[in-house]
Amino acid sequence: MIRALLIVAALFGAWELYAELGPVDPLLLPAPHDVGRALVDDRALLWSNFTVTAREILLGVLVAGAAGFVLPIALHLSLPLRRSVYPLLVASQVIPIVLLAPLLVTWLGFGLAPKLVIIGLVSFFPIVVTTLDALTRVDPALTKLMRTLDASRLSILRHVELPAALPGLFSGAKVAVAIAVIGAVFAEWSGSEAGLGHLVQQAIPQLLTARAYAAVLILSAFAITLFGLLTLVERLVLPWTHDPPGGSTR
Amino acid sequence: MAGVRIDGVERVFRDRRGRAAEVVALRGMSLHAEPGEIVCVVGASGCGKSTLLELICGLQMPDAGTVAADPAVLMPQRDLLLPWLGALDNAALALRVRGIGRADARRQAWPLFERFGLAGFERARPSQLSGGMRQRVAFARTLLAGKPVLALDEPFAALDALTRQELQGWLGRALAAEPRTVVLVTHDVEEAIVLGDRVVVMAPRPGHAVVELDVPLERPRRRTDRAVIALREQALLALGAPA
Repeated sequence: MIRALLIVAALFGAWELYAELGPVDPLLLPAPHDVGRALVDDRALLWSNFTVTAREILLGVLVAGAAGFVLPIALHLSLPLRRSVYPLLVASQVIPIVLLAPLLVTWLGFGLAPKLVIIGLVSFFPIVVTTLDALTRVDPALTKLMRTLDASRLSILRHVELPAALPGLFSGAKVAVAIAVIGAVFAEWSGSEAGLGHLVQQAIPQLLTARAYAAVLILSAFAITLFGLLTLVERLVLPWTHDPPGGSTR
Repeated sequence: MAGVRIDGVERVFRDRRGRAAEVVALRGMSLHAEPGEIVCVVGASGCGKSTLLELICGLQMPDAGTVAADPAVLMPQRDLLLPWLGALDNAALALRVRGIGRADARRQAWPLFERFGLAGFERARPSQLSGGMRQRVAFARTLLAGKPVLALDEPFAALDALTRQELQGWLGRALAAEPRTVVLVTHDVEEAIVLGDRVVVMAPRPGHAVVELDVPLERPRRRTDRAVIALREQALLALGAPA
């Protein structure tokens, strides 16, 4: 953690020196202290736009999380479904979001709906992959044991497979929150009335670059916070994933 | 009660596309266990012992011959406890699976759990237990399934020598207190003789029984008893080990 902070400090130091002493116009590349001033001066503006984007991201990740939990279970329970639908899910990831986003906006309007679709679409996939992998990795010997305990398919799912899949769900969700932030910015650029992505889009043509950088900083901090929160919740909810593997033979 | 009656069983594993040569795991395999009897099956790795247990548990069907057994529960080689459950909940898994609520399942599992010397470790996760304790939890889970037949697959293979010896004695006492029909598979000849009423020696490729030895010895038995050593020599001879 301290090392990460030192690296950040070094980067900001280098940036400060380059912006002050380098050949670049401060309007194009603001120095960190300009960005800092923008963070303070524009705090009301940044905050009100942040709440819009944060809401989109949180709801979008929830959508992705729900899809990323239900889909793998369905794919795991039915091999024909897995064979037919899984390739389509992979294909859904090569849809160029840049092209799709404006179409969604014309279809669904400037409100929350197209944002949720876009954020959900870009961030559900890692959750599906990691959760499905976790389901697939359940020891077949364990399934056999459960069958001799007279466990039904549903009971095996509930007592063995779902708990075993939770670590996968969390791994995928950690990747998803970072991607969701990018998705939110894209979604806002395709048509929106508020949000940090919208603010960046407005600020750049006005050469309010410090404000744009301030918005990006806030988005990064938000992604880090979500990632950290997920890690914390994972430790609380799944303490066994941090047990040492194996254990003794005595 | 029928115990376990396996007669002239054949089990062949084929490659799904028929490309690789088929593997005959068992051919002409017979094994009988009377209700309440402990039969130990000894053989080298790959002689079809695990297949035999899965047949008894109904996890596989024979390609020829007949398998008739009372309902059986499997205790696999590794303890396979669920890492997210405490020891008591792991022991009570069979009850939970039958739809019994958590509190009731714990209450019903508790007497056995305590008798197995596990009191004080109710909430300990498997990774926090010693190997010997994990095996006792696994055995409690197996007994609580309430099946008349226990199919035990090398239950002590993962333990160090001292713990293994201790648990063998413990298992003997536990089975004396809670009699079941037991088919225990092992590659340890001494273990088979110390625990079994009867020892069946298997030869591989394809797996079949070559010798059956009665073990008419008083319990508890020790691996250093003269009669145990004599029977061990007989069994090793049947396994084709150099004398």
